[in-house]
Amino acid sequence: MNAAPMNTTVTTPVEREHALHLLHQMLRIRRFEARAAELYGAMKIRGFLHLYDGEEAVAVGVMEALTPDDNIVATYREHGHALARGISAGAIMAEMYGKQEGCARGRGGSMHLFDAATRFYGGNAIVGGCLPLAIGFALADKMRGQERITCCFFGDGAVAEGEFHESMNLAALWRLPVLFLCENNLYAMGTALERHQSVTDLTRKAASYDVPAAAVDGQDVLAVEAAARTAVAAVRSGAGPYFLECRTYRFRGHSAFDTELYRTKDEVEQWKQRDPIRLFIHLLMDEGLLSETDLAELERKVADEIEAAVAFAEAGTWEPVEDLERFVYSERRSP
Amino acid sequence: MPVLTFLEAIRSALHDAMAADQRIIVLGEDVAVKGGVFLATDGLLARFGEHRVIDMPIAEAAIVGVAIGAAIHGLLPVAEIQFADYIYPAIDQILNEAARLRYRSNGDWSCPIVVRAPFGAGIHGALYHSQSVEALFTSTPGIKVVVPSTPADAKGLLITAIHDPDPVVFFEHKQLYRSVRGDVPDGMYREPIGKAAVRRSGDDLSVFSYGLMVHYALTAAEQLAADGIDAEVIDLRTLAPLDRHTILASVAKTGRALIVHEDTLTGGVGGEIAALIAEHAFEYLDAPVRRLGAPDVFAAPFADPLEAHFMLNPQKIAAAMRDLAAY
Repeated sequence: MNAAPMNTTVTTPVEREHALHLLHQMLRIRRFEARAAELYGAMKIRGFLHLYDGEEAVAVGVMEALTPDDNIVATYREHGHALARGISAGAIMAEMYGKQEGCARGRGGSMHLFDAATRFYGGNAIVGGCLPLAIGFALADKMRGQERITCCFFGDGAVAEGEFHESMNLAALWRLPVLFLCENNLYAMGTALERHQSVTDLTRKAASYDVPAAAVDGQDVLAVEAAARTAVAAVRSGAGPYFLECRTYRFRGHSAFDTELYRTKDEVEQWKQRDPIRLFIHLLMDEGLLSETDLAELERKVADEIEAAVAFAEAGTWEPVEDLERFVYSERRSP
Repeated sequence: MPVLTFLEAIRSALHDAMAADQRIIVLGEDVAVKGGVFLATDGLLARFGEHRVIDMPIAEAAIVGVAIGAAIHGLLPVAEIQFADYIYPAIDQILNEAARLRYRSNGDWSCPIVVRAPFGAGIHGALYHSQSVEALFTSTPGIKVVVPSTPADAKGLLITAIHDPDPVVFFEHKQLYRSVRGDVPDGMYREPIGKAAVRRSGDDLSVFSYGLMVHYALTAAEQLAADGIDAEVIDLRTLAPLDRHTILASVAKTGRALIVHEDTLTGGVGGEIAALIAEHAFEYLDAPVRRLGAPDVFAAPFADPLEAHFMLNPQKIAAAMRDLAAY
C-alpha cells in the first residue's frame, strides 16, 4: 500500500490567537459531523452522508489563505468547507434536514450546499463535474478585471476524469487564476490510488501542463495553511494556475453505507495516530499556547453552536409542495 | 425455484452467465473489491478473478469506451455505471460510438456491450442520485433499452442482454433492489428483449408502464377492481425497441390507454407510446390517450415533502385511471 502517512513534523511557530482560531474551526467541523452522523442514525437526516472526519486540516488551512471575494468550488464531502468558509452551521444543518431555511432551501441536502453570499459554488455530487466550471469562473473574472481567484477542491478520484485534464490544460493555456486543490485521501470511493492511477504522485500530473505544483501533509493544519498561502500568492500574482495536493485520509467510510472491504483496520488506526486535531492540540499544549481550560472553553463554544444549529434545523419548515416547480426556469418574464 | 430479491437476481444472472461464458467481463467503479455500491457484483471477484472483474477509475467515458473496444475484439463486457445520474460523461461513447458502430462499419463490427445503471428516485438521493435517464437513450437507433420490474425478468433479461449482439442499456430501479422478491429460475434463464408482459389482464383500460411504476400500477388496478373497473397492466420491459404489437393489441381490446412513468412528462417515453397509439389505434380509442409522469422538475429535490410530491404513487395512478375510465 502507498497508504503510509507522510512523515513530517508539525510546523511552528504560530501566534496563540490564530492557533486557537484554527483549532476552533477544526473542532466545529469534527463535532458538527459527529452530530450529523447521530442525526442520520435517528433518520433526521436522510439520503447520503459523506463525512470529512480526518481531513479537517485541509479545508481549515486552505480557507485561511483565501479572501471572502474568492470563489470556492467543493465536492460532495463539503460540510467542512462550508463551515470553514463561513456559512452558518444552522443553515447547513437545516439544509441537511431538507428544511427551507437551509442554504439551498432544502432542495439540495448534504451533498449540494450552495451559498451565494460566501461565493460557495457547491457541493457538487458528480466527481470532476465542477472542474470546468471553475475554469469558467476564472476566465470570466480575468476578462472582467476581477482580482479574485477560484479555489476548486476535488479528490484523488477526480483526477481520473477527463474533465480534470481538460481543465488543467485550459487553465494553464489561458493563465487563469485557479487553485487546483486536490484532497488526496488515497481512495476513489473504494478503490485505492495505486489501483486507479498509473502515476500515484499526483503533483506529476501538473507537470505535463506546466502548472507549478506542491504536495503537503494534509494532517498538519499549519503546513496546509503555509502551502496554501504560497499557492494563493502565486495564483494571485497572475502567473496562472497552481496545483496543491493535500495528502490526507478519511477516518470513516466513503458514505453512511460502506463495509470498507478495500482497506484494513490497521491502516485506519495508523492514520488515526495522525488525527489533525489531536496533533494540533498536542503541539499547542507542548508550546504552552493551549491549556485544558482553553480547550474546554472551545469545546463548549462548539457544542453550543451545534446545538443551536440543530434547534434551528428542527424548528425549520418544509418548502410547500406548491413551490415544487419554482426555479426550474427564471421567474423573470421573458422580454 | 429459489425466491430472490431483485438485487439477488441481478447478481445471480452475472454469476451464472460468467460461469457459462469466459468472454464475459464486468467493469465499473468499485465493482470488484467492494462488490458494487449496491452489492450487485458481490462475490464476482472471488469467483472469477481480477482479470474478469475490474475496478475502474472514476471515469465513465473510459468505462464504456473500454467496454466497446473489448466487445469489438471478442469479449462480452458488462459495464456498470454506479448511478444512472453519472452516465452523462459516457453518453458520447454510448450514442456516438456504440450505437452507430454496426452501421458505420457496414455490418463488419458489432458492439455486444451491456451498460447497467441503477436509476430512480424515492431514496432521498436528491438531485444526482435519483434520475430517470432512459428517454435520453430511446431516441437514438442502434441501442436497446431494457428496464425490468421483477426479479425473474431482472435475471432473464440481463442474461439475454449480455448475449445480445447489439449494445443494451439496462436500467435497474434502486427501490426494487431489496423491496421486491420473486421466483427466479436457476441457471441460464432468458427472457426476450423487445417483448412486453401483460401483468394483469383487463377489459376497461390499458396501463403501460415499466420499472417500479409497474408495481404501483398493479396496486392501483386492484383498488379500481373493488369499484368494478377492470384494468389491464402492461409491463413494457423493453423501451427500445417497443413491443408495438402488445401495446396496440391491448388498446384495441380496451379502447383506453394510460402511460405511466417516473420520468418527467415532457419528452419522456410516454410521448412516443402515445404517438404510436394515435397513429395506429386511433379508431379503437374511446378516450384521449393519457400520460402520467413526474412534473417537469429535476429528480429529485431533497426535502422529504417535495420528493414525495414529485414521485408518483398508487393513489395518483389510481386517480388517473378512474379519470380515464370515466371519460
